[in-house]
Amino acid sequence: MNDNMSNAKPQPLVVAYDLAKTFDVSAPWLNRVIERKPRQLLNAVDGVSFEIERGKTLALVGESGCGKSTVARLLVGLYEPTRGGLTFDGQDAHAAFKSADAQKMRQRIQMIFQDPYASLNPRWTVDDIIGEPLKEHGLISDAEELKARVAELLKSVGLSPLDMVKYPHQFSGGQRQRISIARALATAPEFLVCDEPTSALDVSVQAQVLNIMKDLQRERGLTYLFISHNLAVVRHVSDQVGVMYLGRLVELADKHTLFGNPQHPYTKMLLDAIPKMHDTGRARTPVQGEVPNPLNPPTGCTFHPRCPQATDICRAERPALRDFKGIKIACHAVV
Amino acid sequence: MSLLQVKNLVVEFPSRHGTLRALDDISFDIAPGEILGVVGESGAGKSLTGAAIIGLLEPPGRVAGGQILLEGQRIDHLNNDQMRHIRGRKIGAIFQDPLTSLNPLYSIGRQLTETILAHLPVTPQEARQRAIQLLKDTGISAAEERIDHYPHQFSGGMRQRVVIALALAAEPQLIVADEPTTALDVSIQAQIISLLKKVCKDRGAAVMLITHDMGVIAETCDRVAVLYAGRVAEIGPVHQVINHPAHPYTAGLMASIPDMDSDRERLNQIDGAMPRLNAIPQGCAFNPRCPKAFDRCRQERPDLVQAGANMAACWLHDGSGA
Repeated sequence: MNDNMSNAKPQPLVVAYDLAKTFDVSAPWLNRVIERKPRQLLNAVDGVSFEIERGKTLALVGESGCGKSTVARLLVGLYEPTRGGLTFDGQDAHAAFKSADAQKMRQRIQMIFQDPYASLNPRWTVDDIIGEPLKEHGLISDAEELKARVAELLKSVGLSPLDMVKYPHQFSGGQRQRISIARALATAPEFLVCDEPTSALDVSVQAQVLNIMKDLQRERGLTYLFISHNLAVVRHVSDQVGVMYLGRLVELADKHTLFGNPQHPYTKMLLDAIPKMHDTGRARTPVQGEVPNPLNPPTGCTFHPRCPQATDICRAERPALRDFKGIKIACHAVV
Repeated sequence: MSLLQVKNLVVEFPSRHGTLRALDDISFDIAPGEILGVVGESGAGKSLTGAAIIGLLEPPGRVAGGQILLEGQRIDHLNNDQMRHIRGRKIGAIFQDPLTSLNPLYSIGRQLTETILAHLPVTPQEARQRAIQLLKDTGISAAEERIDHYPHQFSGGMRQRVVIALALAAEPQLIVADEPTTALDVSIQAQIISLLKKVCKDRGAAVMLITHDMGVIAETCDRVAVLYAGRVAEIGPVHQVINHPAHPYTAGLMASIPDMDSDRERLNQIDGAMPRLNAIPQGCAFNPRCPKAFDRCRQERPDLVQAGANMAACWLHDGSGA
């Protein structure tokens, strides 16, 4: 069902090539001079490349601090990449963000944030929140028309048009996240970047939000980048999955291959670490060790201190992401 | 005899707009060495149950009815001083966020020895030896060195290990663990859960594990209680509750969790949300969301009845029980 890897592939909607973002986390200038501390750079994202076809979902998974959210922010233009770039529908997105056409590009790429308690202005009513992007982008100026459009958006996420006059605090977490989705959909975007959209929600509510996201994708042909640390959720929503570790992609494969036949030792470890619901009392294989400090990453393959298959070459040389049996993988041990 | 018995516990919050009943008639018990899971969605009353047991209800919340018995002794009406001797010594507590449960200004060694000295008749030297041993038992390498480090020098997973060591310091018989792994990554979560299981088993301590993660419950617990809107909806052996849920809420909850082993286009969803405390529906609190609700559910509130191997608060099992 997934022939992303075949030769006759259509033009992908989103192409990220060698995306990198480095943050300067040095001590203040005076401390550096007095304490003779060097500049310190943090490679949050270090050369990530992927493609997403129109109407498909790419999920990025990984533990805290692996750079998932930084990738999301790079894609919507909240950060400027240090290296590499993003092509959206054949156009250089970051050049577009800086040009006079920035508004046009922003209309087409929207984002849903993790915490619906923090991402909605508590002093605005719902129609202000959802109507703002419509006004900001000059899509609708007529007040009546605006109301009608907001009502329509609310209905599309399963809320009532009567909710328009309410404030965010009058809604539950799941309803707030639906308001965020309605706001993101206001400009009729083609590409939605969803940064942990359900991790602040309870499971029964999470199911509601995931179902709405899937329905909307089917109806409108939306393309998603879905970021999550929950592998079961990722398995449910995605077509392709990228596994990140310390700012780099270590494995990129279609969903069925990745979950059915994981190749990278880190992917295997993550999959083993998931508690199995119907297998009560089964002990998980705990992953050894922890994610290293990204300020001082290990040499070679950054995963080698935790890897059961690590050899000398892993300690010395960083593996590049390469094609292997239809997937992409960065590992010396997989041949 | 049960180690902990909770009988008809009611917790209320008086407010300007009337009294809110956050826990309504909760009963369960925990046997020595047993791991009881408590699950439910946000606001179901999981953490409040834990807080009531360790005597840390935030005012104006108060126990308005029922009893909590530890080894047959009532502990719900003790004053602060008396409760201090029980907390730590008989009941240890582990909270969600390891950074806020450790004092950032004291080394972890000082925090551990303080707890040990407060509860056990040992000298400071012995206390320090004990603290080092506890850190070793919880899997902290180079414990002799790390004991003098401060909380910020530990990673999240390591901090949670320190918190577990702290909870075990005075050898309590019961540990109340409130979402001990929620703030951690999956890979670290597995380490902490297996550690918690092991150290409690070695010491024969019982655990009340509060979490919203069914996966964690499935692999850890002996029995599980499912809470909904301040009441126990279902309680029973973990395998039974997960694979043969008796209460429609439990069944819906299980079906809404994305599964690693099946491909479904849509997840099963429970429409609506849990009611607010000031608007708990009449009859069964779950009836507006329940696909199987009938007239009786809208009028009378069900109590726990036998439903197969489980106990469920549902009229579907009334009379047909056992």
